Amino acid sequence: MELPFAITLDVGSSLANHTGSWRTERPVYVNRLAPCNQACPAGEDIQGWLYDAEDGGYRAAWERIMADNPFPAIMGRICYRPCQTACNRGTLDEAVGINSVERFLGDEAIRSGWTVPVDAEPTGRRVLVVGAGPAGLSTAYHLTRLGHQVTVRDAGDKPGGMMRYGIPKYRLPREVLDAEVGRILDLGVRLELGQRVDDVLAARDEGGFDAVFLAVGAQIGHRAYIPAGDSARILDAVSLLRDVADGEPPQLGRRVVVYGGGNTAMDAARSAKRLGATDAVVVYRRTQDRMPAHPSELAEALAEGVVVRWLSTISQADSGTVLVEKMRLDETGFPQPTGEFEELQADTVVLALGQDVDSSLLAAAPGVAVDAGRVTVGTDLMTGAPGIFAGGDMVPADRTVTTAVGHGRLAARHIDAWLRGVRYQPAPVLPLATFEALHTHYYADAPRTVRPRLDDARRTTGFEEIVGGLDEETALFEARRCLSCGNCFECDNCYGMCPDNAVIKLGPGNRYAFDYDYCKGCGICVAECPCGAIVMEPEET
Amino acid sequence: MPVQPIKFYQSGSFVVGNRLLDPDQRSVQADPNRTNSLNSGHRACQGCGEALGARYALDAAMRATNNQLIAVNATGCLEVFSTPYPETSWQIPWLHSLFGNAPAVSTGVAAALKAKGRTDVRVVGQGGDGGTVDIGFACLSGMFERNDDVLYICYDNEAYMNTGVQRSGSTPPAATTMTTQAVGPEPGNRFGQGKNVPLIAMAHEIPYVATATVADLRDLEYKVRRAMEFRGARYLHVFVPCPLGWGTASCDTIRIARLAVHTGLFPVFEAEHGEVVDVTRIPRQVPVAEYLRPQRRYRHLFGASPRPDVVARIQQIADRNIRRFGLLAAEPAPTAQEAP
Amino acid sequence: MVLRQIEGSRGVAEAVARCRPEVICAYPISPQTHIVEALSAQVKSGALAPCEFVTVESEFAAMSVAIGASATGARAYTATASQGLLYMVEAIYNASGLGLPIVMTVANRAIGAPINIWNDHSDSMSQRDSGWVQLYAETNQEAVDLHVQAFRLAEEVSLPVMVCMDGFVLTHAVERIDVPEQEQVDAFLPAYQPRQLLDPAEPVSIGAMVGPEAFTEVRYLAHARQMQALELIPRVAADFERVFGRSSGGLVRPYRTQDAETVVVALGSVLGTLKDTVDELRDQGHRIGVLGIISFRPFPLADVRAAVGQAARVVVLERALAVGIGGIVTSNVRMALSGNGTRDYTVIAGLGGRAITRASLREMLLAAEADRLEPLTFLDLNRPLVERELARAGERRMSGPAAENMLRDAGPATPWIG
Repeated sequence: MELPFAITLDVGSSLANHTGSWRTERPVYVNRLAPCNQACPAGEDIQGWLYDAEDGGYRAAWERIMADNPFPAIMGRICYRPCQTACNRGTLDEAVGINSVERFLGDEAIRSGWTVPVDAEPTGRRVLVVGAGPAGLSTAYHLTRLGHQVTVRDAGDKPGGMMRYGIPKYRLPREVLDAEVGRILDLGVRLELGQRVDDVLAARDEGGFDAVFLAVGAQIGHRAYIPAGDSARILDAVSLLRDVADGEPPQLGRRVVVYGGGNTAMDAARSAKRLGATDAVVVYRRTQDRMPAHPSELAEALAEGVVVRWLSTISQADSGTVLVEKMRLDETGFPQPTGEFEELQADTVVLALGQDVDSSLLAAAPGVAVDAGRVTVGTDLMTGAPGIFAGGDMVPADRTVTTAVGHGRLAARHIDAWLRGVRYQPAPVLPLATFEALHTHYYADAPRTVRPRLDDARRTTGFEEIVGGLDEETALFEARRCLSCGNCFECDNCYGMCPDNAVIKLGPGNRYAFDYDYCKGCGICVAECPCGAIVMEPEET
Repeated sequence: MPVQPIKFYQSGSFVVGNRLLDPDQRSVQADPNRTNSLNSGHRACQGCGEALGARYALDAAMRATNNQLIAVNATGCLEVFSTPYPETSWQIPWLHSLFGNAPAVSTGVAAALKAKGRTDVRVVGQGGDGGTVDIGFACLSGMFERNDDVLYICYDNEAYMNTGVQRSGSTPPAATTMTTQAVGPEPGNRFGQGKNVPLIAMAHEIPYVATATVADLRDLEYKVRRAMEFRGARYLHVFVPCPLGWGTASCDTIRIARLAVHTGLFPVFEAEHGEVVDVTRIPRQVPVAEYLRPQRRYRHLFGASPRPDVVARIQQIADRNIRRFGLLAAEPAPTAQEAP
Repeated sequence: MVLRQIEGSRGVAEAVARCRPEVICAYPISPQTHIVEALSAQVKSGALAPCEFVTVESEFAAMSVAIGASATGARAYTATASQGLLYMVEAIYNASGLGLPIVMTVANRAIGAPINIWNDHSDSMSQRDSGWVQLYAETNQEAVDLHVQAFRLAEEVSLPVMVCMDGFVLTHAVERIDVPEQEQVDAFLPAYQPRQLLDPAEPVSIGAMVGPEAFTEVRYLAHARQMQALELIPRVAADFERVFGRSSGGLVRPYRTQDAETVVVALGSVLGTLKDTVDELRDQGHRIGVLGIISFRPFPLADVRAAVGQAARVVVLERALAVGIGGIVTSNVRMALSGNGTRDYTVIAGLGGRAITRASLREMLLAAEADRLEPLTFLDLNRPLVERELARAGERRMSGPAAENMLRDAGPATPWIG
């Protein structure tokens, strides 16, 4: 229509007014490091794979785990989940059950026979990995996917290292272990069992390897001097667990005392229960808050009837009894003897006082340093000998499977770079997505799914797996409890809440862009972004 | 049924969209093809709650009417910032007449549509609190009484902002405006009787009355949609913070609106035919001071010579609202007899 | 042609109904009530359909409803008077500013205080600059006819039109009226084709804020449209005559002005009394004529100048008072005669329903002919009364309300109401 002058206007004409010129600050989309990712010793992009899983993209989620960690089903069972300790949702209600989702994905992969491809062209370089535990297998897996030819050599007769011989099968069923190790071997990793490497340089040179990764673990039970009568029955926990794993459990008697406070002590005590002990008593010299065992391990042990005697040391072992001295903590938190003693019934004493590394295979290697029983490595995990790398329990770090797997990932990247004559440069670390960076109003209360558990009564009668997995619906629910800390999850808040329609929605998976022609810089998008993925920056003048 | 909580997803019911939702579960504002009834290039201040509320409401009304909508606007910020010659930000048929007559003009539009047999086209009248609570009040009441087929939306920012922040009948107690300055023994606006237009609207027993805020988009959109299911006079009172007039940070518009609800100072409810049918529960009651403190218009209550006595009186208002409307999650909803 | 003996208001209501209005807004105020009452019955009975009859809560709402309806493409009508007209003033200006072709009857009535329900032109004269076209009916037949013409005129130039008819004198007078037939009206008045429209299919924003950069141009264009109306009004009247067979409306109506030395100018129903008085004076040899102004806005400067011609003097009979100066119509007439050397007299008459008698008119006109008339004359003013009040006010500051004082002085009889 012919419109009356000035009084009546055509729609859309205000687009000529670029209100972006009012702005003194501009919003910018950012990615921050999710605390779960920061905490993960295996270097997983947890927030990323949860995002994939949230819309049922389980295969994509699994593949994203596999980019960093070849053992999702194992991780989903035995990882001590520092990710969940760090999880911001824990401050809101309860941490996301990351571990259980990972297990769901890992089990789903085994059930469906998912595999990963080796896309890299063969490099023709050959790498020897010594030790078929988590660090060694992880390294072999990554190097293989990078196109290198890898041989894994292990003294044992089955692969898995501590995953097989240190972790009871009620925590990690062997068919799961076999499936995930088998998947690595299927990529073309050459596995040589029953072959102990005594001299690493010799092994390298004889085999014509370009580089070596050592991951022989810490397999020697640490012995403490305990005055003991001749008839006292004293075992070390590592051997006990290994014998159990081999299906040749020793006779422990009805009353077992475990000496030590780490995860191995918990495993030993819980295994003793399963082997028929009526009393399994852990003797630990400090208090619960100082105990090195993971709280979940302690909780499970206590639930199974394991008893812990805090602030106690074994001063003498005899046939059928041990003498325990009460301790007290001094001002520095160190336990001091009190002179008060007590006698405990004990058919067997199991020592779980830590494990030592056998580094004799490096004895001939020049430049390799060993400090406090552990092999010294640089940030690139290379020992003092060029081309000889080491990781897992034999280097200074947390002695967990997850840490070892992370060493494998890191070592593979450094070995790959070293083989190509360059140095691996990790991606710059993003700023952390702290709880304060979130706007938690937007996250509905959704309580953590409790994994189905076997009855406590059934638990201690055998080595059946204790913790069940999530079904798909609950796994999906759990994945969706992720706050997506620091990374846009396309909630549309910025798009919907901009008073100036200055946010462009780019479609699924493509997030958003700011239309700076109209953005006035009010900052509502920043204030109302649930996950802290937008920041204000001073406008360029 | 009112808005269904969406608890299954990581971000719950309060975000605008969420890629995980089925498209028909998403808000209108999440739609990449939403109308943008109020388009970019308008001259509202940074962080304007009214601009946001108007787009929320009208886009929802467009969706509810299959884009058969005419809007009538009272004089005020919304009108001035949207249509300075030669530019308009409106994408829908829109008419501005005067400050005090938007409800009556809307009636005229509705009457014309009825006479022409165009009952598919619906009418929204809209204005600020000045145009609604004060100068347009007689026209509003007349429109209600006749039960004209108009949805009238008041964007309440609690003062005359367009003229430079003067007191309106909607200005809350103790708030400073240019005509209720923070001087003298009782600084700020007086503690009057208040003028609760939603309750007055309910007294007309019109088919639908609701309150909403820009902090709860899904609720607001639901109420517009619900309002469009009725024929006759309907009233929606939307709480829209004003960064300029209230002295709040432009990024805090949504947060302040949320606090107004969570303190109990702005009860969110809906009523049909004069009776409350639903209230939005407060998950956890927030002390009014948390709402007042970030606003410069209440600065005199917290400064060097604080006025806890005044804050306490405002807290009493919030507490009364909570009692009266049953706003706390644990309390039962008011029955029809108890409805305010 | 069917002549019926009916009340003026009733005649207007029937004429309006035949113009097929789609929205009628009504708020009661004397003396326009009979018009909307009759229309209400027409709509209620279904005789007038489709049409929405909206009983609003105020005149401000009445005009506002008409604005909304008109902008939505409906033919809109309302009626008011006096205080009601003033109560809707803001909307009156808005309707014309937006160029909405609303037709409104003003049943002319005085404005208080003191409150007074009787006829004069104070109400519509106060709106002479509102941008509306203002047509003044001399008779009920003309009032009826002007409404039909008003819709046509309004919609062609997209301006609102006020049809002014003297309250009670016309609205309540029962006379023989030829009410236009539906077929004739349909032939004369095409369906409303709005110049701008609220339409979801073609959205526009109506009622923008216009600043200094364009406001003068907008006002100029409003004036230009009134100038277009000035040309259109005679054409519409001629068309009307062709369809209905009678002359009605137009800009001005001269009566015996040829060779007149004195021309009396007036608007509305007083023209009848004036013509009788002039006839009598003509018979006695006085060269005197009458000029009726039908279109006060737009003001027909050229037609007035032509009609007054070579007369030595004009007497402008005003039914309203510009307090503090005197005549309203006079200043308009004076502009028409600018440079002519015509002497002009302003006579304020018939305020608040005071009867304008032939005797008083004759005496006044004779004085004018002799140039004995004061430039500003109040016809039949009770001079002793006002002088006593002025004296009282001069003596005592708190002398009380003047109107009550004078009524008390005047005694119980009020013989001037006509």
